[in-house]
Amino acid sequence: MMQTRTQKSEVRSQIKVSSQIFRALVPLWLILPPLLHSQTPTGDEILKKVDENMFSESKITVLHMIIHGERGSRTLEAKSWQRGTSESFTEYLAPPRDAGTKMLKLQDRLWTYSPSTDRTILISGHMLRQSMMGSDLSYEDMMEDPHLPHLYTAKISGEGNLNGRPCWVLDLSAKKEDISYYSRKVWVDKMRYVLLKENLYAKSGKLLKTMDIREVAEVQHRWVAKSILYKDVLKEGEGTEFVVDALALDVVIPDYIFSKAALKK
Amino acid sequence: MLTLKLALRNIVGAGIRTWLNVVALSLSFVIIIFMQGLYNGMNDQVERATIDALYGGGQYWQKLYDPYDPLSLTDAHAVVPANIESLMTNNEATPILIRQATIYPEGHFRSILLKGIDPNQHVLTLPSFLLNEHRNLKGDGSIPALIGTRMAKSVGLQKGDEITVQWRDVHGTFDARDMKIVEVMKTPVQEIDNDQIWISLDRIQELTSMPGQATMVVLKQKVKDQKSEATFKNVPGWNFKNLEFLLADIHALVKQKTIGASILYTILLFLALLAIFDTQVLSIFRRKKEIGTLMALGMTRAKIIRLFTIEGAFHAFLAAIVAALYGIPLLVYIARTGIALPASYDTMGYAFGEKLLPAYSAGLMIGTTLLVLLSTTVVSFLPTRRIARLKPTDALRGRLS
Repeated sequence: MMQTRTQKSEVRSQIKVSSQIFRALVPLWLILPPLLHSQTPTGDEILKKVDENMFSESKITVLHMIIHGERGSRTLEAKSWQRGTSESFTEYLAPPRDAGTKMLKLQDRLWTYSPSTDRTILISGHMLRQSMMGSDLSYEDMMEDPHLPHLYTAKISGEGNLNGRPCWVLDLSAKKEDISYYSRKVWVDKMRYVLLKENLYAKSGKLLKTMDIREVAEVQHRWVAKSILYKDVLKEGEGTEFVVDALALDVVIPDYIFSKAALKK
Repeated sequence: MLTLKLALRNIVGAGIRTWLNVVALSLSFVIIIFMQGLYNGMNDQVERATIDALYGGGQYWQKLYDPYDPLSLTDAHAVVPANIESLMTNNEATPILIRQATIYPEGHFRSILLKGIDPNQHVLTLPSFLLNEHRNLKGDGSIPALIGTRMAKSVGLQKGDEITVQWRDVHGTFDARDMKIVEVMKTPVQEIDNDQIWISLDRIQELTSMPGQATMVVLKQKVKDQKSEATFKNVPGWNFKNLEFLLADIHALVKQKTIGASILYTILLFLALLAIFDTQVLSIFRRKKEIGTLMALGMTRAKIIRLFTIEGAFHAFLAAIVAALYGIPLLVYIARTGIALPASYDTMGYAFGEKLLPAYSAGLMIGTTLLVLLSTTVVSFLPTRRIARLKPTDALRGRLS
């Protein structure tokens, strides 16, 4: 009888201690989740950070483009000047057949200059859908506003690991109607805020194009894609590879570069 | 009457010389009628096929639509106005919405036209009803589509195949769907075949977010016949194109071909008439004594000229009979069986079909006969003018003064 009483009192004291611990933890449970939540940014915040990382006021890029076609691959070299998102000028340097070909984008207009014909052509209408220099990229793709936060609302659909890098997977859905790709899925490096992969979808949900960033590099405190494989999935072939050879960010580019006169120079 | 009898006896008496001329002239007859009939038939055939399959009784084009300017196509669409829509309600007109699209046959990029037509339309002969039949049968999510044999051949598609088609909607957003080829239609009209895919109008309107919109509206042939031209004008935002405008290219082609052919039969006719001219000259030269005798017997120069002219003209008359003997069965046979066209004609852009069926009209027959008779008579008359200056005494001695 005496033993039973002692056991009961022990149990009571244990319950008392437990309830004291519980009371002490309750405030922590209330505080911790919002704290933890505040460390995981929202999809839109991630996209904004990607945008901030990717875009500079201006840049000069030297790159080569490897077009993997059915009959083999060919490589083009180009130098590109870009100011903001509405002005860009590209000059092809090699191979000799394409050397001297230039492209000028001003707002939503695109001109090409071919040295063999010495003519400047405004690319518009259905011509914009044609492949750019035989690559998987169309002229339209080149004309698009690259600022994703302007165009899409992002939601985190998952997390993963891509090319050994932890990443967020974001589902982007169009904010407005006049947009080329209705939805996208992007893989964003958690530490560097750079895109590692991107899938572009039609309105019906059909996958149209993919972009795989194979290599990233740090340039002037920004993480940028150094090697990208762009693929039109409806088209046969292994896609087009863009490899950045040199990149200068936030440089002053003279105005004459972005003029039609520069095409014939 | 005496002159006629004498003329007939003379040319029959000339034997092989006459018959050679007659055969040469009859060839001209047959070839002229055949060539003219061929181009008439070509014109009729192309016109009929194109009207039945595409032009109907005329078309309303959205004001920005220009079939020769692909840049205009993106914006060439609008809601069909009420007064045209009333014709559509009565099945007297059918709308067509045209969008640019891309297909990837065997992984290759190709620009095409995606066209939407009402599957229940009875305005054109295009077998759009097949889209309706298969709409109810489908269950795999793909869109029923119709293509022509040329398109099927060029992209390697056949009935039952599926192909991914990509386009942009009214806002410029990409969309892509799989389409199932429910039928490969055989049509002589390339304008409804080459590089185009036909789907149901309501589907294309839905997919491109263009409800109630069209690029053109085709009128039924009968409707156009019943109403005056003025009825079909002045619709704001839409331009009426009558058949004269729509068929202008075909007419120009036929005209060009006819001119080309007329050179050929002018040469043929010229050669035949030259033979008759020679015959007449030779005849007068060889029959000087006969002319002198006729004059001595009291026949006037005018009568002798008439005799020789009628002799010449009789060549044409006999040629017409000979041409009828072998030409009518031959031409009727060709008109029934037609002339098979080489495959290269299928890429010329006109609805020639597989064979050409010549069309001979009464006007063509009578006109050609009169042309040959008249020209033969003129050619026969020309050498006889020398008789007017002939002295009977010289003629009797076999001299030409």
